[in-house]
Amino acid sequence: MEAAMDNIAIVGVAQTKYERRKRDKTYYDLVYEMTRAVLDDSGLTLEDIDNVVTVSNDFLDGRTISSMAVGEAAGAHDKNISTVEGDGAFGAFYGAMRVLGGFKTTLVVAHSKGSEGDLKHVTNGMFDPVYQRLLGLEAISSSAIQANVYMDRYGISEEAFALVSVKNHGNAMNNPYAQMPMSLSVEDVMKSRRIADPIKLLDCSPVSDGAAAVIIANEKYARKAKTKPVWIRGIAHCAEEYFIGDRDLAVPKSLRNASKRAYTMAGITDPFNSFDVVELYDAFSYMEPLWLEGLGFCDPGQGPKLLENGITLMSGKLPVNPSGGLLSGHALLVAGLARIVESTLQLRGEAGARQVEGAKTALAHGINGPCGQSHCVWVLSAEE
Amino acid sequence: MDQSVDVRERIMTTSLDTVEALTLKGQIAMPYTWWVGEVGSRFLIALRDDAKILGNSCSQCGKVYVPPRMNCGDCFSDITQWVELSNEGFVIAHTIVRFSYPLHPAAPPFAYAIIKLDGADVGFAHIIKDDLGKLRNNVRVRARFKDKAHRTGHILDIESFQII
Repeated sequence: MEAAMDNIAIVGVAQTKYERRKRDKTYYDLVYEMTRAVLDDSGLTLEDIDNVVTVSNDFLDGRTISSMAVGEAAGAHDKNISTVEGDGAFGAFYGAMRVLGGFKTTLVVAHSKGSEGDLKHVTNGMFDPVYQRLLGLEAISSSAIQANVYMDRYGISEEAFALVSVKNHGNAMNNPYAQMPMSLSVEDVMKSRRIADPIKLLDCSPVSDGAAAVIIANEKYARKAKTKPVWIRGIAHCAEEYFIGDRDLAVPKSLRNASKRAYTMAGITDPFNSFDVVELYDAFSYMEPLWLEGLGFCDPGQGPKLLENGITLMSGKLPVNPSGGLLSGHALLVAGLARIVESTLQLRGEAGARQVEGAKTALAHGINGPCGQSHCVWVLSAEE
Repeated sequence: MDQSVDVRERIMTTSLDTVEALTLKGQIAMPYTWWVGEVGSRFLIALRDDAKILGNSCSQCGKVYVPPRMNCGDCFSDITQWVELSNEGFVIAHTIVRFSYPLHPAAPPFAYAIIKLDGADVGFAHIIKDDLGKLRNNVRVRARFKDKAHRTGHILDIESFQII
């Protein structure tokens, strides 16, 4: 799809604070809370919503057809409700497609409680049951393999990744929703417990509980909502090979493809000079520079330089993860939707202490599968 | 204010001071018995019976896959040609694992490595347990198989790869 699409907009957003353990909230409570909050934010009522997308994972929820258990909480018991099993950025992509396909509005809500299951078991379950899963691979060790090959290819130091952790935990100090606001030094990160080389504890995102929601509307309903609409200018996703051994893990091929498609839709030819703010999926510190390369903000191997040169700091030309990113709170599946929520708040000028002044164009990003097997890219604009 | 605001305030306020936060242990242990497929069977039987690593190659582009596949992802064509690969190759990526996890195949520290076996065009994921101080990308490694009596048709019939 290369032609410009119809005008659709994000007209409501909501997110919880991300916390290690929400003892006072069930999955159902989280979805209900977010559905209430996103309707309230938009000024729309449930009568204005004709389609609902939930985002969940059966292993994570510990039940099958996890979508069917939260319908009433999402205000959907008499509506068209379906589920995306995967990251919330992909759930919102599907929601946007439903609006482009003729629904007037779509409410997208994602929930997860990492505290209640075993995330290593859940992420071990990403892998095929015959070859890779029986080796005990899960998200941390597979990501460590990717970090290793990325460093090796371009001569990147562990300190370069540590600097991402310092930046993002520091940015989180401006974000009341963040789980881990911290003032860190590179030395703190380097001295933290070694988990799977080169990944250390402070290179990892935390286990979190949380939820988020957005409402996507067609042009007519975007006018009806009380919020300043944030227009969806380009969206795309793309996947690559399933077996990690089939891929060149230092080259995020599917991200390059997804971002090119999203930029084409949005009429963007020079990404580095086209965005005011980026919220991307930094499940581990090394991911931020690698994904910036995939997004075309610099040449391959130059990702760490963007931070070393101050470009991705809050004070820089292209602030990346003003929220503190996933390193400061990672509710699985919710995280990509939270990037869209944060980008929307930035474009509405409502991001509080983490606001990038005058932000007009934002990029939000989510991933699915081991080592970013699949990427989803959103180009959002404050201007119609 | 309307009633919905009251409801929202109530659900968004912690009430653990008025009710005990009861939790329940789940009982899920989901058993599966997977058919490993035709190519998977040939591959695992070769490990078990012959201590050999089989790949297969796409008849259109010639790409040699390991583990073997039914079809080439690049060409979307059937793969019918079997290739016996070397038990040796070199490491193209690795991590030394320092944390414990019940599903790990060895106690930490051990390494996961992506190994380019001689004759293959894609990397093969496996483990390295010994000489971790010598582990670098590009080092040569060789598969060490379990004794025949202990091989069951399992990816860990290759006990680990040894640095040569």
